[in-house]
Amino acid sequence: MTTPLLELENLHTFFYTDTGVARAVDGVSFAVGVGETVGVVGESGCGKSVTALSILRLVRPPGRIEPGSVMRFEGKDLMALDESEMQHVRGNRIAMVFQEPMTALNPVFTIGDQIGEVARVHAGMNKREALAKAVEMLKLVGIPAPEQRAGEYPHQLSGGMRQRVVIAMALVMNPALVIADEPTTALDVTIQAQILELLGDLTRRLGTSVLLITHDLGVVAENCTRVIVMYAGEVVEEAATSELFAHAHHPYTEGLLGAMPRVGGEKDRLATIPGTVPPPTNWPKGCRFRDRCPYSWERCEAEHPPLYQIGGGHTSRCHLAEEPERRQHPHPPLAAQRGATAA
Amino acid sequence: MTAPGQIASFTRPRRLLSRLLRDSRTRIAIVVLLIVALSAVFAPLLAPYDPTAQLDIVRLPSQPPSLAHPLGTDPYSRDVLSRLLYGGRISLAVGLGAVLLAMSFGIAIGAVAGFIGGAVDAVLMRFVDAALSIPRLLVLILVASLWGSLGLVPLTLLMAGTGWFAVSRLVRAETLVLREREFIVAARALGASPFRILVRHVLPNVAAPALVSATLGIANVILLEAGLSYLGIGVRPPTASWGAIIQDGAEQVSDLWWLTLFPGLAILVTVFACNALGDALRDAFDPRQLPRGTDPTFAAEA
Repeated sequence: MTTPLLELENLHTFFYTDTGVARAVDGVSFAVGVGETVGVVGESGCGKSVTALSILRLVRPPGRIEPGSVMRFEGKDLMALDESEMQHVRGNRIAMVFQEPMTALNPVFTIGDQIGEVARVHAGMNKREALAKAVEMLKLVGIPAPEQRAGEYPHQLSGGMRQRVVIAMALVMNPALVIADEPTTALDVTIQAQILELLGDLTRRLGTSVLLITHDLGVVAENCTRVIVMYAGEVVEEAATSELFAHAHHPYTEGLLGAMPRVGGEKDRLATIPGTVPPPTNWPKGCRFRDRCPYSWERCEAEHPPLYQIGGGHTSRCHLAEEPERRQHPHPPLAAQRGATAA
Repeated sequence: MTAPGQIASFTRPRRLLSRLLRDSRTRIAIVVLLIVALSAVFAPLLAPYDPTAQLDIVRLPSQPPSLAHPLGTDPYSRDVLSRLLYGGRISLAVGLGAVLLAMSFGIAIGAVAGFIGGAVDAVLMRFVDAALSIPRLLVLILVASLWGSLGLVPLTLLMAGTGWFAVSRLVRAETLVLREREFIVAARALGASPFRILVRHVLPNVAAPALVSATLGIANVILLEAGLSYLGIGVRPPTASWGAIIQDGAEQVSDLWWLTLFPGLAILVTVFACNALGDALRDAFDPRQLPRGTDPTFAAEA
């Protein structure tokens, strides 16, 4: 395999809060290849967004990327760059698409101004050139009457249009990597598919790698070549998309797949995973999913599972990799038992 | 919460103007301010006499209003109408100048404190806290009486120097809110430098509240200047200012009523119009605000 575009090794990002140290990202390692679209899945609070912000080194105090974290991008060590070199990476080589197109745009500037600003910052264009570039980008993301739209303000556009604008801003400098943090969560379902198709289509054409952060496995299935499942600040499973959907190994991934609504599914009620993610200031000692897991046993409490190789680039952070026969004996998870006694 | 995309701003002046002019009270305030400003600017053309000339100290001191002197004369035999017109120049110049300076300084300090945060913020804001706890009039009286009486420029500087604290607090608070907004993070993610973010993304968004505060600030400075001049420590005589004219007749208010009434009215009308405009601007900048006179019960359906 050729050198990946982006490589994270042992990324730790901690937040030093009044209630203790929140280990939001706790030893995450993965890689994104050139032209590849990688999905990062997990429920709220598992560290997906903090991972994204860490890559751009946008974590603000009280948050801190811990020493020893390694982030290599295009052969450069991102941790070793100074702030002005980092500014050159942001928006130029790595761009970000945010979740809320309403709030990601500055209300007091026209969208042409805002798209053009990226070109002015990174390509040193003057106002006229930047505006021409903005119009070109608006055309690229399929906004009708781009010359006229460039002069409008964010509030004059619909949510879907705004997200197109945000995507246009991200692609101005033709970056090598686009990080899309829940790019469709704030949009209507009907618009979601359009936006994802647009993002996929453009990045394929431009050869851009995408790190697609989402909690929606359906989005992953349709757009990603590889999936990283995160739980409680860690990667718990990684596999090619088809492999993951066919042979999910980690009980958490199983739970996520089970919680997906399916057309024609025979079950009336949607399955859920009992319990919630533990607080990041106080991760459990052994397996962090133990309380919610239907297979957990003594070993899960005592021993923090490493990422086991399952074969074919498939890894899973579950002791079942060594004791697969345990899968035959599911039991109600501890969280569900507690819930039952409490109720 | 409104959608943040609806914050009004300088960049949409036409819409702002139409929102402003929708209300008849605001239209009156604007017209009044225009009249006051124009008569101050064109005072040399409008004033029938030299405002400092003692016309005829033997026959014409303290004349009540007449055809020759529509607003009468003062004890020094000067034409009050002329002094009123010229006095408007002083009052407005000091008001505008002081507020302009105070705004620039207050916005700069507030934005820097809010944006950088940490120790810089703590030091600046503790200083502002301390400054705010000293009554402004007291400082003005102290400095003015140490100097004897003040020239126009020192007076303006003094007003500005004591007038920026509240603005800097306001702007800092706005900046703190803005700093956490996603479009600021987005701008950083797109590689904008902190300075660029401050100038391009923070300042335009604090412009609206700052403008409102400035309009109200002008009224405040006009009142302060009048107060100082009335106390005899404002502008140096024989320069006319509204407060100084009142001071000239202060000892015989019941006899020389025209020396109090007309400049008093000028101050009242100007300050009132400034405050009305400030309120109207605040409403116009806030899209949630319904036009005055709209019945809120049915407005939602409109």
